[in-house]
Amino acid sequence: MASQQAWMNNLFTNTGSSSFTEFLRGYAPEMLPGNRDALPAPVGEQIPHATTIVAVTCAGGVVMAGDRRATSGNMISNRDMEKVFRTDEYSCMGIAGTASTGIEMARLYQVELEHYEKLEGRSLSTDGKANRLAAMVRGNLGAAMQGLVVVPIFAAYDEKIGGGRIFGYDVGGGPYEHQLYHSIGSGSIFARGSLKKLYRENAAPDEAVLTVLQALYDAADDDSATGGPDVTRKIWPVVAVITDEGFRRLPDEEVTAAVETLLAGRMIDPDGPTAPLR
Amino acid sequence: MPFPYASPEQIMRDRAEYARKGIARGRSVVVVQYADGILLVAPNPSKALHKISEIYDRIGFAAVGRYNEFETLRQAGIRYADVNGYNYNRNDVTARALANVYASQLGMIFTDSIKALEVEIVVAEVGETSDQDQIYRLTFDGSVFDEQGMAVIGGQSDTVATRLKERYRPGAPLADALDAALSALTEPGGERPSAAQLEVAVLDRNREHRKFLRLSGPRLERLLTPAQPAAPETPAAPTTPEGGPKPPPTAPEGDIDTGSEPPL
Repeated sequence: MASQQAWMNNLFTNTGSSSFTEFLRGYAPEMLPGNRDALPAPVGEQIPHATTIVAVTCAGGVVMAGDRRATSGNMISNRDMEKVFRTDEYSCMGIAGTASTGIEMARLYQVELEHYEKLEGRSLSTDGKANRLAAMVRGNLGAAMQGLVVVPIFAAYDEKIGGGRIFGYDVGGGPYEHQLYHSIGSGSIFARGSLKKLYRENAAPDEAVLTVLQALYDAADDDSATGGPDVTRKIWPVVAVITDEGFRRLPDEEVTAAVETLLAGRMIDPDGPTAPLR
Repeated sequence: MPFPYASPEQIMRDRAEYARKGIARGRSVVVVQYADGILLVAPNPSKALHKISEIYDRIGFAAVGRYNEFETLRQAGIRYADVNGYNYNRNDVTARALANVYASQLGMIFTDSIKALEVEIVVAEVGETSDQDQIYRLTFDGSVFDEQGMAVIGGQSDTVATRLKERYRPGAPLADALDAALSALTEPGGERPSAAQLEVAVLDRNREHRKFLRLSGPRLERLLTPAQPAAPETPAAPTTPEGGPKPPPTAPEGDIDTGSEPPL
């Protein structure tokens, strides 16, 4: 209860900062993720891990998709987990690594962006948003060293350039801006190989949705920790499209239609579409 | 020179009068329910200094009085809502709890400080349906009024509220509610403020995620124009909603608690 008092008593204080994290750090540090005692032993595979996320730019925006699987070692701990989060009207993030830490980071990041926007009356610039996330990843470095690694991917529609942008991170922070496409997580090697061949510049958003679904399928094909489309349970990847109209998570029907197109193709050619040789 | 004795009643009366004088200098702000949520209207030529603001997903804030004082309240409200929403869940942030935080702060300052805050605020929360909408009005001394359907704060709040009651119909579409609010804010025979002179926002229950939306520019112009031809014809029989007695304030009764006396 003592901590409850500390922040309640400082609600009306002028902290000189529009950052939510700064406010918590000052008056309620125990609420911040990563601000915990050192673990007696590094955690390994016992804690569920979230796996593959892919993002590609498209005409007038960006598309991000994530598979639904979480694994603890060789066990599938969750088959319908959601790892792509809306962070504000024009941005989203996906997480790979320790699932719990990642979800907590996404939650804090959502509040961080919204808090700034409400206090200042304007949204952060896309670069500002990407840098804020970098600071959060860096803040998690201590925990990462103990095995609670989380690496996000950030995508946003940038009003200034009228298109999508993608940012990657490592455990120490970042951000690293990626042109065209990027993927993170255990299946990212395979997804990136697939994206490299299937990416079309300035593709329409619905084409880009097929591209990311193909990449996730390829990742699931070769990486045991990435889940493919679950046909019997009808669990499809989470797909988000961000354009000048804002963030839109594709409804189930739209993803179903796209996945069915993909599956129909794979029934004939299990390796999926091929890129022209020359 | 020794201080003359002043009774506590006298001190409270003086503080209340001082605060009321300060508030009475500003223009009124109207908060009114409409079909899809809650409409907030303030005559405000400034684009930077807002009188209306978003607090959380379903909660909006409107204030009159001293800018620096209600800005502090607004920021505190956002902090309170964000910390609670982060600590628990987004659904656990309510206007009622926020109104209580404001009430205790306003009340504490009113009794403990030399000067009361010269502000009057409204905390509004849009619900799933119109009967779940909540509008709380708070006065400088920390009294909370649970308003039904509409609230008016600021200088001429009583006269504005009377005019608003004449025009207001529960469940009116947005354009009609805005029309009613503007005619209430305009003195009889006076000229209506233009779109550039207005700060308008809605808490629209049909929006996703965050219900708060500022209306400005062409969008506001469009809402304002169709109201013009309809204006000359006198509104159909004034359907005053529930002329019943007002719900009592949550603070003890007394002449300092009304907060809406005519300006001095």
